[in-house]
Amino acid sequence: MDSDTPTETLDVTGESCPMPVVKTKQAVDDLASGDLLEVHATDAGSVSDIDGWAAGTPGVELVDQSEQIQNDTTVYVHRVRVE
Amino acid sequence: MSSDAEAAPPDESRTDAAERIAELEARIEELEDEVATAAVAERDDEKSMVIVATQGTLDMAYPPLILASTAAAFGWDVTVFHTFWGLDILHKERSTDLKLSAVGNPNMSVPNAVAALPGMDRLATTMMERRIADNDVATIDELLETSLEIGVELQACQMTMDLMDYDDDAFYDGVTVGVGAATALAEMADADVQLLV
Repeated sequence: MDSDTPTETLDVTGESCPMPVVKTKQAVDDLASGDLLEVHATDAGSVSDIDGWAAGTPGVELVDQSEQIQNDTTVYVHRVRVE
Repeated sequence: MSSDAEAAPPDESRTDAAERIAELEARIEELEDEVATAAVAERDDEKSMVIVATQGTLDMAYPPLILASTAAAFGWDVTVFHTFWGLDILHKERSTDLKLSAVGNPNMSVPNAVAALPGMDRLATTMMERRIADNDVATIDELLETSLEIGVELQACQMTMDLMDYDDDAFYDGVTVGVGAATALAEMADADVQLLV
């Protein structure tokens, strides 16, 4: 499988702090080493929060963060690799 | 090595050197073990946080739970020690009906004399609840369930439980009861972060 294809996608759109980070952590716990998790969030704070979380959490690496416009709403896409 | 030493003509300096090498080799092995143990200890050295939650108003119930669940997401070992009005956060019924006070709240746009009128606390609470819902902020009971799920240790202070006349089964499943100040202090002494809310 292409290693850039997400193993799993987590939808936390419409959820606020601390849920995007907490649910990302819970999703990562269910994945295996090398898996890629893609997180979709609408919380603008999730950009800084998931970055900070990944930096301070052993065993995860933030691959990249991007923005998409879906139905006039900004969706923040975070891709996290499980190490 | 010893048979070599015996076979060789008695040469004290050579025997001494061989002994010395053996000693050093043993010491190197010992140090290697120590380094390995230290490396393992460092990996296991997860951060820890203890929060003392003393307030039971709707606004003050949030910070301990948000910080606790986020710290647990970092893999920290987290304990929240609830005492006095903070116990209401753990109370199955009361946690869903926490109030905001209109009196003495400088963020309310009405003078205290008006804020003290009957129904004003209810109004302030309703306004806050509506803002929470409009902004998709998790409710206190959602945060509480999530915190328990992610491994936060939620403790209820026994002395204040008795003072408030709360039974063990009034609290959410998973809440630790029967603890006191000494338990909290012992954990705080070892914690990396200690907060009083």
